[in-house]
Amino acid sequence: MTRKILTAIVVLGLLAYPFLVNSFWLVQIGGRTMGFGTVVLSLVFLTAYTGMLSLAQMTVAGVAGYAVAYFTAPTGGVGMLLPWPVALILAMGLATLAGLLIGLVSVRTQGIYTLMITLAVAMAFYYLTLQNYDLFNGFTGFNNVEPPVILGLDLGAPLPFYYLSAALAALCYFGVRHVVRTPFGLALQGVRDEPQRVRALGYNVALLRILAFGLAGAIAGVGGILNLWLNASISPGSVALNPVIDVLMAGVLGGIGHPIGAYVGAFVFTVVDNFAIDFIARERFNTLIGLIFLAIVLFSPDGLTGLARRLWRRTTAEEKEGRESVRHGNEVGK
Amino acid sequence: MEGLLDINWRLFAIVTLNGLTLASLYFIVASGFSLIFGLMRVVNMAHGSLYLLGAYVGFEVSETSGSWLLGILAAGVVVAAAGAALQVSILSWMQGQDLRQALATIGVSIVAADLMLAQWGGSAYQISLPDAVSTFVPVPVAGRFAMARLMLIVLALIIGVGLWLMLNRTRIGMLIRAGVDDRRMLEALGVNVPLVFVGVFAIGAGLAGVAGVVGGSVLSVSPGEDARYLLSSLIVVIVGGMGSIPGAAIGALLVAMAETYGLAYTPTYGIVYTFALMVAVLAVRPQGLLGRAA
Repeated sequence: MTRKILTAIVVLGLLAYPFLVNSFWLVQIGGRTMGFGTVVLSLVFLTAYTGMLSLAQMTVAGVAGYAVAYFTAPTGGVGMLLPWPVALILAMGLATLAGLLIGLVSVRTQGIYTLMITLAVAMAFYYLTLQNYDLFNGFTGFNNVEPPVILGLDLGAPLPFYYLSAALAALCYFGVRHVVRTPFGLALQGVRDEPQRVRALGYNVALLRILAFGLAGAIAGVGGILNLWLNASISPGSVALNPVIDVLMAGVLGGIGHPIGAYVGAFVFTVVDNFAIDFIARERFNTLIGLIFLAIVLFSPDGLTGLARRLWRRTTAEEKEGRESVRHGNEVGK
Repeated sequence: MEGLLDINWRLFAIVTLNGLTLASLYFIVASGFSLIFGLMRVVNMAHGSLYLLGAYVGFEVSETSGSWLLGILAAGVVVAAAGAALQVSILSWMQGQDLRQALATIGVSIVAADLMLAQWGGSAYQISLPDAVSTFVPVPVAGRFAMARLMLIVLALIIGVGLWLMLNRTRIGMLIRAGVDDRRMLEALGVNVPLVFVGVFAIGAGLAGVAGVVGGSVLSVSPGEDARYLLSSLIVVIVGGMGSIPGAAIGALLVAMAETYGLAYTPTYGIVYTFALMVAVLAVRPQGLLGRAA
């Protein structure tokens, strides 16, 4: 019950958000949190429900972003103009495919090995975008990528863009919450906890893992397209080591055990990113966020949401203790 | 046939020698990375930062003192101390939680990269070599080749043989190998395993520091090199096998050759070969060419 009320409050808050803040907070904090958070969500989904920590999620998002840019905003002879629905479908397909391929490469590994291999994949993709001019337009990448205008509604304007981002983020979030309760999602969690037993039950463990990577790829693709439209450009810098690590940092910051941690982490990360200038010099943002990240890893491995949950439990436990004698009778049969 | 005869043998020889040079550098960096992993199961994501720190320390010391040898010595010592500090202050608190350790070293690498950028700025440095090796030597087919690069290949061989001797012929090497096989048993025998850990971390980090000075002399030093050498170390040990020094040598050779030939002959797809190599190895032997099954 409390959970449903909480969800309703958050949804209402997100709907009302544009009318409470200025346009900077609307797009640069709100919109960015939604787009970036969706990429983080794909990582949290993989980690929380399959136990695989992938560092290549920003790369998959980059694949989707590059695809949309390639098909809707050709630059200097690189690219091919297609109608935007076709471009979006192609981009989502390519992102899912990229996710599946990364899954295929790393399916036989686990733990830190998955981390290393996906990082290697991510860095290989970065150097490819940097070196290659036929498909990725090298160092420059693509600029002036505008979101489409549908029936006179410019999706690039602050308010529509915010609602678009929020709607897609909500879709991905509730999608993940739903998928993990389906037989597929339960099988994934079985693979996470006891791969041998799940295999003995007749499941194809490798296939399940690859499919999870594919789904995570599609989610990351949504985030990648939103990021592209927000920045209006994409270049190798968008898939370099820093953004790749940023996804991990935001995930760990928010809490990698539950999907909501993705957006909490993305929000905190974005706020620190934008307001680090008020605490210390703007250039030292990485030092600040790195230290925060280190502190979280050292002192609260389940992130801010984990911290909040533990505090919540502690306070409710204290309340419970006080009411223990009263509630004792009602507890039976619960 | 025509095409085969048209091969530019001089270019081929130079590219091959450059590949060997890069392989030597990769080996020195990756052997430290692999050594640390082999004993402690720590994937040190800050290994590239240690490389870069070594390069900067070497640059400062050799500029002030005018002695390249002093620079490489200082870099080795300072970076070894930094590595030992990392192990003592952060990693030893979460021994056995490999994923958490990897995340912590990522945090360290981010802070380190940023602080080094603040200290040394974004420009590239070149560490000046002693005059004795700033010459060219005649080599068959290729014409001539930088003495320093040949010396780098020799240095990698010395380090490789030295590591092998240390691991297989000395008491400390025996302790390390015993620790790799059965840490708890070694502890039960009364060996101060945490101290061995700190020592190995220092050696591994020191190798990265030395590599930084060498790399900074033969190539150059700039921000972003940390990511490059972290990536190369990762791929080298994935290909060669985690924790194996001969594996690191084979991996370094394969990766550097793939990269150099790729860049020389198909410039815009150079990285693809390295990547394809890694995928091929993973498909056939997930534990790496000389790695032991986990």
